Amino acid sequence: MRFITFIVRRVLHSIFVLLGLSIVIFIISRIMPGNPARMAVGPRAPQYVIDELSRQMHLHEPLHIQYYYWLRDALHGDFGTSLVTRRPVADDMREFFPATLELTLFAGTIMAGGGIFLGILSARHKDKWIDNVLRIVSYLGVVTPSFIFAIFFLLLFGMTLEWMPTIGRLSPGVSPPPTITGLITIDSLLTGNLTAFLDALWHLILPGIALAMGGLAQESRITRSTMSDNLTKDYIASARSLGIPERVIMRRFLLKPSLIPTVSILGLDFAGTMSNAFLVEVIFNWPGSSRYGINTMLRKDLNAIAGVVLTMGVVFIVVNIVVDIVVGLLDPRIRLAPQRGD
Amino acid sequence: MTVQVKGPALPKSKTIENLGRNWYKFSRNPMSIIGLGTVLLVVFLAVFAPWIAPYPEHAGKFVDFANASLPPCGRYLFGTDTIGRDILSRIFFGFRFSLTMGVVVLAVVVPIGVPLGLIAGYNQGTWLDTVIMRITDIFLAVPPLILALAIASVLTPNLTNAMIAVTLMWWPWYTRLVYGLASTLRNEFFVNSAEALGASKAHIVFREILPNCISPIFTKMSLDMAWVILLGSSLSFVGLGVQPPKPGLGTMVAGGSDYLPEQWWISVFPALAIVVVVLGFNLLGDGLRDMLAAEEV
Repeated sequence: MRFITFIVRRVLHSIFVLLGLSIVIFIISRIMPGNPARMAVGPRAPQYVIDELSRQMHLHEPLHIQYYYWLRDALHGDFGTSLVTRRPVADDMREFFPATLELTLFAGTIMAGGGIFLGILSARHKDKWIDNVLRIVSYLGVVTPSFIFAIFFLLLFGMTLEWMPTIGRLSPGVSPPPTITGLITIDSLLTGNLTAFLDALWHLILPGIALAMGGLAQESRITRSTMSDNLTKDYIASARSLGIPERVIMRRFLLKPSLIPTVSILGLDFAGTMSNAFLVEVIFNWPGSSRYGINTMLRKDLNAIAGVVLTMGVVFIVVNIVVDIVVGLLDPRIRLAPQRGD
Repeated sequence: MTVQVKGPALPKSKTIENLGRNWYKFSRNPMSIIGLGTVLLVVFLAVFAPWIAPYPEHAGKFVDFANASLPPCGRYLFGTDTIGRDILSRIFFGFRFSLTMGVVVLAVVVPIGVPLGLIAGYNQGTWLDTVIMRITDIFLAVPPLILALAIASVLTPNLTNAMIAVTLMWWPWYTRLVYGLASTLRNEFFVNSAEALGASKAHIVFREILPNCISPIFTKMSLDMAWVILLGSSLSFVGLGVQPPKPGLGTMVAGGSDYLPEQWWISVFPALAIVVVVLGFNLLGDGLRDMLAAEEV
């Protein structure tokens, strides 16, 4: 029961945070000088059109009333019209967001899977050559920004060796699967289109790994240090003295407690992945919401900026709730801990 | 695991006398020395760029089509860009923007974030704590780059506004760090006895609690130099930071990325320069952390 209370509290707190975030975004979108109504219709529109539009956009009301209308529309998924594409921001997001989601989820999978694998490898061969090599590589992984990885990968594997595609989600000749989830890999699997699936996966690899590198390095470092810490604990020594085989000790006794810090940091690393997607998508010409976000930011398209930032905020918060639940499931100390005041 | 040197507890006011001992601890890790060396080199190149750069006039609106797009050679070690400017000289000047960004942002962020964390931590459980920490939560709820991009995008794109955007994103990390420290320290005996003696709140917060938070703040600052510089170059990369023709490192990487792969040197060398700066500050920060952690023992 306490775990459920913990989750409910966590969700309520997140709703509060999202409300706060919406206020911040609203303020950002209103500190810009200039009349939003004029920007929406362009400089040549006659004054009476602007007056009418201002009235419809509630621009004559005080700020907190404007916020109320803005929030009400945003909750209905209505962020207004994008000045760049001249379409509703919600439609743009529906079109572009799945590409970003696919890329970040792919990167997140590499990050978690690869990081844990390399961390275990390092911990098992602690202070041997493989551990030393991995430590240097992961240090470089942490300090190299992913847009620089993206440029190096693009140059090396995409352009010089020509192993991988450098642009977009699918090759020109491949027809995309019908849109079900918007994630091409999943849609093509659902419709049994293996050609499109492999092609989409092939396109994901370079940007995905470039995005994952930082988190991957971080995860492997943390897994390594927790595992080698736990290896010196008494319960492992007693398991050994009972003659339990090393493989069983590793899997049954060591892995689960050692993964707790790794999983908790995963939520933060995912934030990095989402941020960096903004740059990596631009480099690989990935038609996602981050590239859309950058394009709209460069042209001060406020409705679109608000839509992109709020969507990213929601995704990030949901991921972190999921991470907290997983950590709670892994760690009985959190799940069963007495609440404050007990 | 390094062997931790355990000595008698020394009062903090004697830190200067410990300098030799600290230096010994710091210098035993070759990586820390490499980090320190890299940072000193970068600072040196940035400060003296106008005098040591081979072609200082190439940092601005310089055009030399006769020598455009030259690959690395004896005269231009890192090659020239598409309008004939020396990449190496521009990198030296690029360090100036990066370091300015890091120093200015931290100089603003720390005096804002630290007192807020101290006040919230010392008044834990009161309305002050709630207000400060809930606002902090909101800023920590979105990936920093995304909100920094959003803020920078509504302002005029230039270095100053990029610094404002990063500053607005960065103070909550210090508030959270200090909050955690202060809310533990407030239950320590020395705080309780100061309270019992009738010391003012300001005295307790700034004279009793703050000195005990200095080491972690200091460590975080040296690591954050790396991340602030990185965030700054990311903003420049997308066009919301240092504007051409000024040589921001991120701006140079972005400008050169259109000419990949034939003229790889235009973006690869500035990109490596970013990695070197970030690596240097990271190694230095790690070294400082180990040194200060050993001091606590």
